[in-house]
Amino acid sequence: MDIFLQQILNGLVQGSVYALVALGYTMVYGILGLINFAHGEVVMVGAMVALTVSQLLLATGLPPLLVLLIALMVAAAACMVLGYGIERIAYRPLRNAPRLAPLITAIGVSIVLQNLAMIFWGREYHAFPQLLPNGLHTLGGAVINDVQLIIMLVALLMMTGLMLLVHRTRLGRAMRAVAENPSAAMLMGVDINRVISVTFMLGSALAAVAGIMVSANYGIVHYYMGSILGLKAFTAAVLGGIGNLRGAMLGGVLLGLIESLGAGYIGDLSGGFFGSNYQDVFAFFVLIAVLIFRPSGLLGERVAERA
Amino acid sequence: MNLGKFPYCKKCNAWRVFAVLAIVLLALPFVTDALLGRGWVRIADFALLYIMLALGLNIVVGYAGLLDLGYVAFFAVGAYNYALLSSPQFGLHWPVWVVLPLGGLLAGFFGVLLGAPTLRLRGDYLAIVTLGFGEIIRIFLNNLNAPVNVTNGPQGISMIDPVQSGGISLGSTQQVFGITLPSVHLYYYLFLCFTLLVIFVSLRLENSRIGRAWMAIREDEVAAEAMGINTRNIKLLAFSMGATFGGLSGGLFAGFQGFISPESFSLTESVMILCMVVLGGMGNIGGVILGGVLLVLLPEALRNGAGPVQQWLFGKTLVDPESLRMLLFGLALVVVMLVRPAGLWPSTQRRRELSDDDDDVVKQELESVYGSSK
Amino acid sequence: MAPQNNSLLELSCVSKYFGGLAALSEVSLYIKRGEIYGLIGPNGAGKTTLFNIVTGLYRLDEGEFNFDGIAYAHCKPHVLAEAGIARTFQNIRLFANMSALENIMVGRHVRTHTGIWGALTRNVAARAEERAITQRARELLRFVGIDGPHQTLAKHLSYGEQRRLEIARALATDPKMLALDEPAAGMNATETESLKTLLQTIRNSGITVLLIEHDVKLILGLCDRIAVLDYGKKIAEGTPDEVRRNQTVIAAYLGGEAA
Repeated sequence: MDIFLQQILNGLVQGSVYALVALGYTMVYGILGLINFAHGEVVMVGAMVALTVSQLLLATGLPPLLVLLIALMVAAAACMVLGYGIERIAYRPLRNAPRLAPLITAIGVSIVLQNLAMIFWGREYHAFPQLLPNGLHTLGGAVINDVQLIIMLVALLMMTGLMLLVHRTRLGRAMRAVAENPSAAMLMGVDINRVISVTFMLGSALAAVAGIMVSANYGIVHYYMGSILGLKAFTAAVLGGIGNLRGAMLGGVLLGLIESLGAGYIGDLSGGFFGSNYQDVFAFFVLIAVLIFRPSGLLGERVAERA
Repeated sequence: MNLGKFPYCKKCNAWRVFAVLAIVLLALPFVTDALLGRGWVRIADFALLYIMLALGLNIVVGYAGLLDLGYVAFFAVGAYNYALLSSPQFGLHWPVWVVLPLGGLLAGFFGVLLGAPTLRLRGDYLAIVTLGFGEIIRIFLNNLNAPVNVTNGPQGISMIDPVQSGGISLGSTQQVFGITLPSVHLYYYLFLCFTLLVIFVSLRLENSRIGRAWMAIREDEVAAEAMGINTRNIKLLAFSMGATFGGLSGGLFAGFQGFISPESFSLTESVMILCMVVLGGMGNIGGVILGGVLLVLLPEALRNGAGPVQQWLFGKTLVDPESLRMLLFGLALVVVMLVRPAGLWPSTQRRRELSDDDDDVVKQELESVYGSSK
Repeated sequence: MAPQNNSLLELSCVSKYFGGLAALSEVSLYIKRGEIYGLIGPNGAGKTTLFNIVTGLYRLDEGEFNFDGIAYAHCKPHVLAEAGIARTFQNIRLFANMSALENIMVGRHVRTHTGIWGALTRNVAARAEERAITQRARELLRFVGIDGPHQTLAKHLSYGEQRRLEIARALATDPKMLALDEPAAGMNATETESLKTLLQTIRNSGITVLLIEHDVKLILGLCDRIAVLDYGKKIAEGTPDEVRRNQTVIAAYLGGEAA
């Protein structure tokens, strides 16, 4: 039973990270109908910037928590600028182009970012400094550390904040209006370009936070971390129903749980034939199964709610 | 590119153009070998392989409008089919004319297997499922070395038989009519034949009842179905035709390389093939070929250029040439799409085939098409 | 109103619900072979729902739907197209990036058979069929009066031409019944007049026509019989004269909208 609980906890932690990244995909998709393939690389850039900032600041002897806070803010700011730039350069000129054109520029941007990161930060794995307390807690037979608790807490806070922003503020209303019908929104006086820019920046800020969380959790940063995480988060967004905020959160957490439980139990389920290295297969099978029965994801049909 | 069309008029220059093109294509490996070295002949071989793949994907994405991000899976199926049946892995050495078509068929079957559950999905949902399918295949290839060793896992399969038949192997230098042809040259001509075959098939399909049905689905699925097109079958047909091409190229790839591993079949490959199709000009065979050639040559040219140019500019290597090469490649993707959003050579001004006994109408139509320019 | 022997399409007690809301409730009607049958009613009366049921886009929840003597209650659109019901769309749905000629050639799909093998080998049968398809497509283009170059992409045609091209594409499926969803929408008086002539010609060639239209003048002047829907129910049916005099119709429809 404690193994089960442990897997659930691990899944929730992983799932919170997926959910944060998935929100970035889903927000952009909701507004532009576009898969922002470069989003995973934004996560990576966030982690890398945070790494550099915290290395610099730790050398000055500042307390770790303060360092983390500053690193977080710098990384979020950097990613917001990056997200803004990506949208301006690679997507905005193609808004009326054939559907696949922005997909290719997105792929191009992600290749560029990955290789820029390789040039700046090198090919090697970097150790992410320990900035958070690392106490262990036992919870009904399962073990969880402070970093993981904080990850879940922060993810929860960010998601609540985002929901409030989208549903309770003027900006959020503008976002929902643009998602629903861009030309009508424009006629009603919404500055579409501004709303889209802000959406990209918000998504990128969430990506930065997610990037730092993953790095803190595993203690490692690598230029390639973004693509795999991005892929998983995109899967999560689709699982929940892309374009739908609640769907992205649900999808993220579910995917985390599926992977974690899959890794833990797939061996037993298949009589030892499949090992934990099949956990991704398991996740994709679940995704395909869900889409067969609900072709637009778990919460995909509630179109009116997307942001 | 007049292969599959009825000639518009007998006196056209088409045949002359054809003849020149044929000579250029036949002479290419020798010229390349002499001017740039044998490595570039090998690159030409790869360009042909990728053109085949891109044309296969073009059927799915370009004609039928189904976004497939896992196309490399079919390439993998064809390659592993060849590798398992013609290598010491199981001690099997089946003849190539059995293994290659089998690879195509098997891949076609996998195409249907993938297509069936995705029929109700649209656009980006389809993209993620196909992507997942590609990853599933790759993960299986990576892990099917235990408990029973089938694929040899991440180490891959080596010592795969070269393409050979009747005692003649393309894996070694051969004398043909007194001309010495090294292995890469031989493969070049083999791949050229297959590429021409794939082009021929694509052209014929494009200008057919089936091709029109694909395009109708791409343009408007609801209207297509209302016009009596069984969208389920026609989509499955697109998936399996595209997959067959992929499987065929996979077999050729395995024979050519002599070694394959799951690494060659990553998501990046699928993305690259998709880029060829979209960048070149979706749905237009000429555009897709152009895209394939460019995306194979560009990274190679950058690989050879990135180091020396830095040396020349700054006197030393500032930036890792490999990173710089991919960086420039990514930039090129962005810039090309921004400048030409419909691809380098889009398929707008396609002229359709006309029946050959309808000459007066042909003339009228040619006049109406060209009337303004005269 | 017992269905008669010469009826082509029969609906009996057809209902369709959207989340508990009845878009259609217990509608029964029949369409005779060779007539032009009109369907009118205020917005939201259920015209398009009925239309989509008849063309297979929606499944009916209750009732029966027979066409040419065969029940088609739960069939997909392509099955109904094969059975002989061809349709146009309220907001034009042409294959935008295909030429005018190709659009019509797609319509021939359901009546032709060339498969992969024929396409690849271009054998005698395939070539003959392809020729026949092209021939028929050209005739139909001329029939609906699109005389410009056939290679023009559908999206580059004028609005009126696009409407007519949709009709030509539907006719290419050799339908027994042509179902038109507001074909005169957005047309000016001259265009509407030529549409009227076109529909009469189509009917005279033996094809039954089902017409949804907002233009009451057009429908009264063109149709043999008319059904009036309101709130998902059929409130009247009959010849144009009968419908024009029907008190319920005047109250519910003409009165409500003309006021």
